Amino acid sequence: MALDSKIPKGPLADKWTNHKNNINLVNPANKRLIDVIVVGTGLAGGSAAATLAELGYNVKAFCFQDSPRRAHSIAAQGGINAAKNYQGDGDSTYRLFYDTVKGGDYRSREANVHRLAEVSTNIIDQCVAQGVPFARDYGGLLDNRSFGGVLVSRTFYAKGQTGQQLLLGAYSAMNRQIGRGKIKMYTRHEMLDVVIVDGKARGIIARNLVTGEIERHSAHAVVLGTGGYGNAFYLSTYAMGSNVTAAWKAHKRGAYFANPCYTQIHPTCIPVSGDHQSKLTLMSESLRNDGRIWVPKHKKDVEAIREGRLKPTQLAEEDRDYYLERRYPAFGNLVPRDVASRAAKERCDAGYGVNKTGEAVYLDFASAFMRYGKEQAHVKGLDENDEALVKKLGQEIVRNKYGNLFQMYEKIVDQNPYETPMMIYPAVHYTMGGIWVDYNLMTSVPGLYAIGEANFSDHGANRLGASALMQGLADGYFVLPYTIGDYLADDIRTGPISTDSKEFDEAEKNVTEVINKLINNNGTKSVDHFHKRLGKIMWNKCGMARNEKDLKEAIAEIAELRAEFWKDVKIPGEANEYNEELAKAGRVADFLELGELFAKDALVREESAGGHFREEYQTPEGEAMRRKEFQFVSAWEYKGEPKDAVLHKEDLVYENIEVKERSYK
Amino acid sequence: MNLTLKIWRQKNANDKGKIVDYKVNDVSPDMSFLEMLDVLNQDLIDKGEEPVAFDHDCREGICGSCSMYVNGQAHGPDSMVTVCQLHMRSFNDGDTIYIEPWRATAFPVIKDLIVDRSAFDRIQHAGGFISVNTSGNTQDANAIPIEKENADRAFDAATCIGCGACVASCKNSSAMLFVSAKVSQFALLPQGQVEATDRVLNMVKQMDEEGFGNCTNTGACEVECPKGISLENIARMNREYLKASLKG
Repeated sequence: MALDSKIPKGPLADKWTNHKNNINLVNPANKRLIDVIVVGTGLAGGSAAATLAELGYNVKAFCFQDSPRRAHSIAAQGGINAAKNYQGDGDSTYRLFYDTVKGGDYRSREANVHRLAEVSTNIIDQCVAQGVPFARDYGGLLDNRSFGGVLVSRTFYAKGQTGQQLLLGAYSAMNRQIGRGKIKMYTRHEMLDVVIVDGKARGIIARNLVTGEIERHSAHAVVLGTGGYGNAFYLSTYAMGSNVTAAWKAHKRGAYFANPCYTQIHPTCIPVSGDHQSKLTLMSESLRNDGRIWVPKHKKDVEAIREGRLKPTQLAEEDRDYYLERRYPAFGNLVPRDVASRAAKERCDAGYGVNKTGEAVYLDFASAFMRYGKEQAHVKGLDENDEALVKKLGQEIVRNKYGNLFQMYEKIVDQNPYETPMMIYPAVHYTMGGIWVDYNLMTSVPGLYAIGEANFSDHGANRLGASALMQGLADGYFVLPYTIGDYLADDIRTGPISTDSKEFDEAEKNVTEVINKLINNNGTKSVDHFHKRLGKIMWNKCGMARNEKDLKEAIAEIAELRAEFWKDVKIPGEANEYNEELAKAGRVADFLELGELFAKDALVREESAGGHFREEYQTPEGEAMRRKEFQFVSAWEYKGEPKDAVLHKEDLVYENIEVKERSYK
Repeated sequence: MNLTLKIWRQKNANDKGKIVDYKVNDVSPDMSFLEMLDVLNQDLIDKGEEPVAFDHDCREGICGSCSMYVNGQAHGPDSMVTVCQLHMRSFNDGDTIYIEPWRATAFPVIKDLIVDRSAFDRIQHAGGFISVNTSGNTQDANAIPIEKENADRAFDAATCIGCGACVASCKNSSAMLFVSAKVSQFALLPQGQVEATDRVLNMVKQMDEEGFGNCTNTGACEVECPKGISLENIARMNREYLKASLKG
């Protein structure tokens, strides 16, 4: 099958408007006859479910958590971008579009990104109308801050809990529709297969996680808003339950998987402390507005700090290396995430890491305390030369901006970040890759859609900070609800889809067989044992820097590990009850397949772009080196084992942006 | 550290349930409480026993999944944290730790430490929203300035994570803190005014139907709330409720 991105003709700025004017609509009376399944209730799934129900479709929504409000979008901290230009600093739709394409290292689709930038402003209007309590200034208007990779302040925020507030907004929109009976909500349910009838997605097989019951659910279309697959690395900032299963099952049923190797490794996370660790915690990128990143200039100071003989606060200014400010004077501490992460790795690999494991750098707020404090002292008519007072005043301002993050850091690390700089290190955080979709967000399976982080479409090879929330809500509130109508317009006379068909029989049988195999395996090792080993392979060989030799080894090792998993995994309990180990086993089984495809994709992509850094392809200064011949989307077709997957290429065409060296100097 | 755990085990909703003793050794003070339970569960799996079931997901204190009583306190001894953020450095070598699920009529046990909190969702279905369509064609976000103080207070109320610690800590199993947080968020914003009457009446009605108890102003909910949701919200909801009742 040839890949057709279905990008509308015409000038870039008119594409979305023209497309909306020309696609088919379903009249309100007919919408009542159409069922849509939405899997996942994060920002994308939640907002899509609410909007589809509001439009009149009958929606069935599924989440594996005990409430839709717990989807992992809730943990997003820093903010959401929108080209409102409230600060009057020269922002515009075009600039947001340009920054996003450049930030993605020229590996995303122009038309999709422009649409994203266009609808970004509606999101803010919408959320305020829903009662989302964004931060405001003393004049009562909305406040903004800056994020990496841009030169304007376009990020709206609610302290360090922006994701929570936006998700609760989408959750409230869902609740309104659940209350009206337009959404039927299935919590503690996990999708285990998608059912294809006559070439179209017509339902799912789900497992009730409380009773273990296998259920059939039919619909005229299926939407996946099931998030990213970063937990393939075991340790990440994802939630424990975040998984690739829904996306992977869709892949196995014919949905192409695009750019699996594009992973975001976020520069500012709390470093790993030991083998017991189950997850990593992010410290929002917004902290780089006010925090300065550094390591000592001299190895002797590094040694002294590691041995506890020297405190970072005692080190003189001239003995510190503010390496981001040194290497990237134009963007400084606010370079994009991929650049910041690689720079931290470079310093730590060179032996300048500041903790016992040598894998940490400082994020220091001392100068922000003084800067804000001086301003406050001035405003309040106090003594600007009283250092203790100024510091205290400044700390209050920082507390107001990021209080919960500082508290979180202190709870985990047991150090007070108001008194000593934070220690941070990069960690897996987001996946730009995902299910391939066309401009309408439809996958290569008719009637199967993917939205939010689950698809691949908007962030290229690197996502800019505060753009995930924007894309999730753009897809769910403003894009999918329109584009899906174009497809469903053909289904107004179809009538309810029966679950009593050979396709549903076959899908249910598959699911049951896998569960029976797992539960009766009688192996000797736990699911986590295999998950941790997979994580180590992924981190060491498919992490921040990759090369041909490592990737080839990773492919072989993951395939071996997968075989061992199926032979030796041990799952206690039974299938017909609440059984977390069984649920986890299914997810890890899918990660063990995805992981291999991930490595294979990274091996094939013989260039460096964004989060994908191949050591063989770098500039003399160590920056990522893109190659023109790789200006395409890799879309993988399932053919059995991951090694047999077939590559399809969607060429990326840039008509409105000049593809040039991505520099933040 | 070596610890003795006394954990509530209950196979399913119909099972009677009991406290079972476990030993867990070599616990590092840097582990989170849930990571300590991971160690126990790994050990149980290796021995062919069923691991202890508990709700958890984000493990950074924001999703509201984790929910357990530790030594008689919701989310354990540390203040302003969920149990996933509680670290073992809050305990001593040789300690005995009691671990139980939330106890409330409206939160039936599903298995071990997992309870069913869907009553919270149903209260939100009854009125925890502003009836605005998601068309994006609303007025400009800056069209109505909102006094910073009110915006900040609305935010503080909105940071509730819906974990249920308030209900579990209350001697009456009252959900007033949870419900009042949502009522207050909208009461403090101009966008929430239009439906204020119906919202508070409907949410309180649903709360009562779910079997939550009454509020007797003890304040345990505020003390145990991992997000510091203030008792002021309950007072505000009472005012809103009175106002609405007189209108209705």
